Amino acid sequence: MQLLREAFLLLRKDLVLELRRRESLLTMFFFGTLLLFVFHFSFDLAPERVAEMAPGLLWLAFLFTGTLGLAQLFQAERENQCLEALLLSPLDRGALFFAKVCFNFILMLLVEIVVIPLFWILFNLHTWNLLPQIFLITLLGTAGFCVLGTVLSAVTLRARARELLLPLVLFPLMIPVILATIQCLGAVLRTGEIGEAVPWLRLLLGFDVIFLTLGVLVFDWVIEV
Amino acid sequence: MAGSAQPQKQGRSLLGGLAVVVIAGGLYWGLIQAPPDALQGDVQRIMYLHLPSILTAYLSFFLVFIGSCLYLWKREKRDDNLAHSAAELGVLFTALTIIEGSIWGKPTWGVWWTWDARLTLTAILLLIYTGYLMLRSLIEEEDRGAVSAAVLGIIGFLDIPLIHMSVYWWRTLHQPPSILRPDKLPWENIHPAMLTALVVNFAGFLLLYFYLLSLRLRLGEIRNEIKARRLARGVY
Repeated sequence: MQLLREAFLLLRKDLVLELRRRESLLTMFFFGTLLLFVFHFSFDLAPERVAEMAPGLLWLAFLFTGTLGLAQLFQAERENQCLEALLLSPLDRGALFFAKVCFNFILMLLVEIVVIPLFWILFNLHTWNLLPQIFLITLLGTAGFCVLGTVLSAVTLRARARELLLPLVLFPLMIPVILATIQCLGAVLRTGEIGEAVPWLRLLLGFDVIFLTLGVLVFDWVIEV
Repeated sequence: MAGSAQPQKQGRSLLGGLAVVVIAGGLYWGLIQAPPDALQGDVQRIMYLHLPSILTAYLSFFLVFIGSCLYLWKREKRDDNLAHSAAELGVLFTALTIIEGSIWGKPTWGVWWTWDARLTLTAILLLIYTGYLMLRSLIEEEDRGAVSAAVLGIIGFLDIPLIHMSVYWWRTLHQPPSILRPDKLPWENIHPAMLTALVVNFAGFLLLYFYLLSLRLRLGEIRNEIKARRLARGVY
């Protein structure tokens, strides 16, 4: 309980900071929308083929915007030795991890809430009734992305060129999430229900749980000064 | 340290010499003694290298995991050195495996590369551990780098089963293992000369691996020693 309370305090700090500066959210949102336009120019997205390609394209957009968010995730802490101050305070480091995961999750969620309907509008998809399922799956995928992404964002914290390094380290490890999310989204868009993709959903859930636990466990080491 | 360097060096040379002899023996068995494959012909002989190299690479990544765990637990440079060295060698042997596989795949499957589950998994392993090596080279503070790399070494290793599962569900073309099968004993599935060639080559690769590993470990020790002496003298 203490851990959750501390995590909430830290999360609130990050959210307030973000509300005042609006750096990450605006850039992520703009980039996500921009990607939809780039996709449109890059592929011949005839209406009958869009549904087929939508899962991959959507998830690609979230992967890139999410990486943008992750690169900024510890930016506030890097300045003025705020990280050292945070670590000196009697906070559980698991709480710090938890707060950062939630923060990035909320940012990505806000972007997704806008980008998914926008995708439906821009590419003339008619399956509006499937949006709740689409959101639910995206939610699980995003959780996996944020959990592992936060750990690795902290791992690369002191590296040179960390913004460049992060995706190199992150993407190969993210492959189960990428595959599972795209398969689930594909199943829903094809058949209207999750049906055949249930094993993928389990894999996704398993990934989220495993790396959330592991993250809390290893974060002590990752973040130490 | 200076006292033990000489016998260590002799031990290493012995290991290296032994590796050469055993691999030469394995090549003799594989290229001359073993019969050509009934369906694939002589191309199949590359398996005598392909299988040992991937098994060695797996061993290497396991050692990265062990070294990383030990380092986080005890904080000894020796363990970090082990993880770093094993990662470099693992990348080397994985790359070798992929090259050998491509050479075999072109005449057998008709393509250099295909997105089959096992191939994909091997390529992902190469990417993960190349990323690991990049992380190491991009962190300047040594202890920080070691800790970060150790965490990545552990996460990477634990992620492998999940990646394995996902790419297998995704697609499978690579033939199932021909030798280790549940329905038959290993020596019933393969010509004895083929099995000998495989086993001898595997032993040879292991010897070669540990020879290279000991060289790389020594290199790491020397690097650390140079740094320590420079620090002691105030030279940077």
